[in-house]
Amino acid sequence: MEAKTIAGIDLKVSDDGYLEDMTQWNEDIAREIANELNIELTDKHFEVLNYLREKTKAGETLTIRKVGKSGIVDIKELYKLFPKGPLKFSSKIAGIPKPTSCI
Amino acid sequence: METKEIETKVETKEKKPLEKVCLICAKGSLEDVYATLVMANGAVMEGIETNVFFTFFGLDGITKKEMNHLHTATTGNPAMRMPGGLPFPTMLGGLPGVETAVSGMMRKQMEDLDMPPVDEFLEMITAGGGTIYACKLAVDMFKLKKEDLSDEVDSIITIGEFYELCDGDRTQIIFT
Repeated sequence: MEAKTIAGIDLKVSDDGYLEDMTQWNEDIAREIANELNIELTDKHFEVLNYLREKTKAGETLTIRKVGKSGIVDIKELYKLFPKGPLKFSSKIAGIPKPTSCI
Repeated sequence: METKEIETKVETKEKKPLEKVCLICAKGSLEDVYATLVMANGAVMEGIETNVFFTFFGLDGITKKEMNHLHTATTGNPAMRMPGGLPFPTMLGGLPGVETAVSGMMRKQMEDLDMPPVDEFLEMITAGGGTIYACKLAVDMFKLKKEDLSDEVDSIITIGEFYELCDGDRTQIIFT
């Protein structure tokens, strides 16, 4: 675990750069993490991020299949929004822990 | 001499992430096909270029008629147990309908873990940019045609063409 300042806020992040406390998250933090990953966030991105945060809060395990069935995006669109890391990058930007699912 | 040693150490510390995986699925049981699919999908999700080559009985995994009805072997499978952990008698496994029932139970358990049916799994892999191939020799041997195969199959290729796809020094070939 290390301390990192993102968007002017001191945060605790894991060694891989995931937020330790998801309640510290805000949209500016999301934009800055996304920038590091060369992703520019659109409204569609935020819809996915909010969905991921809701499901995480509810204690559900996330999979790209679940996101694909959420009605927000299908799996192809999810890959377009978060290239090369549909679950990893989206989770990182959403301020939730690193995904533990294999699917 | 000393400087050389230090250089070697630095080299081993440098991370060299995988850039491409090429998977070969040659067996058609439920667990063999799913092992391939999980590894392929996992690679795509990690941003790794992924090619999957189905050959011999593995072709069942991409044949429209068979792919969603794969079985797990109830005979000759020492790891097969009854629900609760008791050994599964081989003679029981040979009774008509047992393999179908056991395979159905396995599929149900996988569905509970959000593992999709084979056709949907193939779609997930191609949606992320993975490519699926069928082996020409095996397709000819089983007298199959392109239209018998899942629409997610890119093309029917020879093993030589498959190896051509496996170029690059950060590529791994995985045989399941």
